[in-house]
Amino acid sequence: MSTTTLQETAHHTSHGEAHGEQHHHETFITKYVFSQDHKTIAKQFLVTGIIWAIIGGLFSVIFRLQLADPTATYPWLEDLLGHWAQGGKLQPEFYYALVTMHGTILVFFVLTAGLSGTFANFLIPLQIGARDMASPMLNMLSYWFFFLASIIMMSSLFVQTGPASGGWTIYPPLSALGDASAGSKIGMDLWLVSMAMFIVSSLLGGLNYITTILNMRTKGMSMTRMPLTIWALFFTAVLGVLSFPVLLSGAILLLFDRNLGTSFYLSDIVVAGKILPNEGGSAILFQHLFWFLGHPEVYIILLPAMGMSSEILSINSRKPIFGYMAMVGSLFAITILAFLVWAHHMFVTGLNPFLGSVFVLLTLLIAVPSAIKVFNWLTTLWRGNIRFTPAMMFAIGFVSLFISGGLTGIFLGNSALDIHLHDTYFVIAHFHIVMGVASFFGMFAGVYHWYPKMFGRYLNNTLAYIHFWVTIIGAYLIFWPMHYEGLAGMPRRYYDFSNWESFKNFGGLNQFISMIALLVFAVQLLFVFNFFYSIWKGRKVTNQNPWNANTLEWTTPIRPGHGNWPGDIPEVHRWPYDYSKDGKDFIAQDVPVGADESKH
Amino acid sequence: MSSVAMQQKNKIHPHKFTLWVGIGSIIMMFAGLTSAYIVKRNQANWVTYELPVAFYYSTLVIIISSLTLHLSAKSFKERAMATYRKLMAITLLLGIVFIVLQVIGFNQFWNEGMTLQKSVSYSFLYVIVGLHALHVVGGVIALLIMSLGAFSSKTRNYSMVPVELMCTYWHFVDILWVYLLVFLIMIK
Repeated sequence: MSTTTLQETAHHTSHGEAHGEQHHHETFITKYVFSQDHKTIAKQFLVTGIIWAIIGGLFSVIFRLQLADPTATYPWLEDLLGHWAQGGKLQPEFYYALVTMHGTILVFFVLTAGLSGTFANFLIPLQIGARDMASPMLNMLSYWFFFLASIIMMSSLFVQTGPASGGWTIYPPLSALGDASAGSKIGMDLWLVSMAMFIVSSLLGGLNYITTILNMRTKGMSMTRMPLTIWALFFTAVLGVLSFPVLLSGAILLLFDRNLGTSFYLSDIVVAGKILPNEGGSAILFQHLFWFLGHPEVYIILLPAMGMSSEILSINSRKPIFGYMAMVGSLFAITILAFLVWAHHMFVTGLNPFLGSVFVLLTLLIAVPSAIKVFNWLTTLWRGNIRFTPAMMFAIGFVSLFISGGLTGIFLGNSALDIHLHDTYFVIAHFHIVMGVASFFGMFAGVYHWYPKMFGRYLNNTLAYIHFWVTIIGAYLIFWPMHYEGLAGMPRRYYDFSNWESFKNFGGLNQFISMIALLVFAVQLLFVFNFFYSIWKGRKVTNQNPWNANTLEWTTPIRPGHGNWPGDIPEVHRWPYDYSKDGKDFIAQDVPVGADESKH
Repeated sequence: MSSVAMQQKNKIHPHKFTLWVGIGSIIMMFAGLTSAYIVKRNQANWVTYELPVAFYYSTLVIIISSLTLHLSAKSFKERAMATYRKLMAITLLLGIVFIVLQVIGFNQFWNEGMTLQKSVSYSFLYVIVGLHALHVVGGVIALLIMSLGAFSSKTRNYSMVPVELMCTYWHFVDILWVYLLVFLIMIK
């Protein structure tokens, strides 16, 4: 019998037929390292993401030290960074490396792999009623490609010329020419190889998520009965599968330019007095290819947070989600529009102004589905019987941040205003609030909410509330003042502002921002402590359904094995939002519809 | 069989579906490359060129190979295992011939002075045709595994799924090549 036929049999038995948990011989290696169980893979993604978040966060704290006081020296910094901080002062080259790596790590390794990787893996099979992913093998490979990408990116931090430092968008010619800067040498090569691995990982993951959602739903789980988390993760995967290959093609051309002397992106360049032979290339071409991924990437980061927040808001308001179909429709609209707005990152590249106005229109159209979502979240909360669990606090925080950050998007989406605001701290403030911090809030909400399912224990609530309040107040204190700096024209990515008369008066504000950044980072460490401490010492979960939620993951045992349900997979009879219906607090999805039950 | 499993029967096999989504993502990669090509073509320094003759022969070869693979799958369905084995091996052979012809085409192109670095137009040709060839190499490896399985006396596998997966992928790289050829002839 060939392996394929074996898989066939395994595939069929895994659907019903009262087989229950798949008992197979498990060693430590197959259970915790090369595991094919989607729940273990999810935890692997989460823990790797947490490690990256600490590193990426630490980088921002270090470069904020430089921005707080460009003249100060910190002897301990030299102990930590060696020749990158000679005399305790951060070198300009390494400042750029830190900024670049902060962006790369947070955007790709934490908020893409750490967020989608964790929750798509964990929630898709559990919430749609499947024993595992469509291909557990590809799923495992997806994690290990991510792991490989992580190792390569990590190793680039330790090479002599430092990691990539041309910004996370790696625009050529800086990224295409090894002689252009210290960070354009081996660090850039490692960056590209690592990202190639990362793209493979996210494609393998995405293929699996889409197939699993469309093919492996349990009986009765029609598409319109799926929780909004699954819808969001589905659209996220679609975005990833269609946009990452375009980045890959851009990166391949870049590799050719770097290593084989082609001129896709290069033309008329002089480096260190030497005229390069490259002719006929266009650096703008790279920006088109990059932002064709880059913009959908923003939604790859944001949609899972939207989905999880929708779910958590409904559960903890004890009310059905308001406008389920509108929620799905707006997710779909955002997915389509995500592919049509990339050039709004390029308004000042000499883009044809008419084309620019088309992209302005398409960009501002995103406000419509976004506003629908916000309206529905607020109406879900309206007159709800709200339980302020830590997950709920973070979900509400997400909505708040999404509104604040989304509004400044309307400013930036205007090509005329963007001429002034482009590449200033206004942009930094906008995308950190709407995409960075907001998605982190969605992720925290998810971790606090599903932690009992993941580890069979609770996180400590007191630490969680401290975490929430310091983070939300801190996030606003850090990023709100940046809007003013940006409106005053303060450019991003500068190493030292003290040489400009016009920006000198922001010295005090910069110091304030840096202090808050340090505090907020410290509080994230408190969360990390809470996370790892609670795995072993947290309060044990004794109730199968601790949040009184409707979705299928709470019908599994408290600590589900590989295969998720010991008996048959439950059959689904209703949508997941029957809260406070017909006098009942909640009715789980696997409860049959009663004869005298009203329609939702 | 429970009703859940029954319902599953009517759906497309997950592996097939995964392949289709994967094909979508490969299409996006080539869409990225060909649109970059169009953008670049409208800028300065574009050089037009003639495609090497070998590419026309390779087109013929890959179209025939699609046909043999289709017939091979048909015989598999009819359990005509001897014909299936023969046609599978012929397809594998044709796949290898295709790769060889692409390499010959690259050589012709290069020897006529159209080297990788000389002009962006040529660079694009090498990258686009080369990446397609890599996808065919992947298919050839799969064909090799299938052929080895077909000739191995130990294997007794009558599942249609691997054969169908193979067909879908191979027809896809065939159609992709025809598209790329037409693209490169029309827009140069």
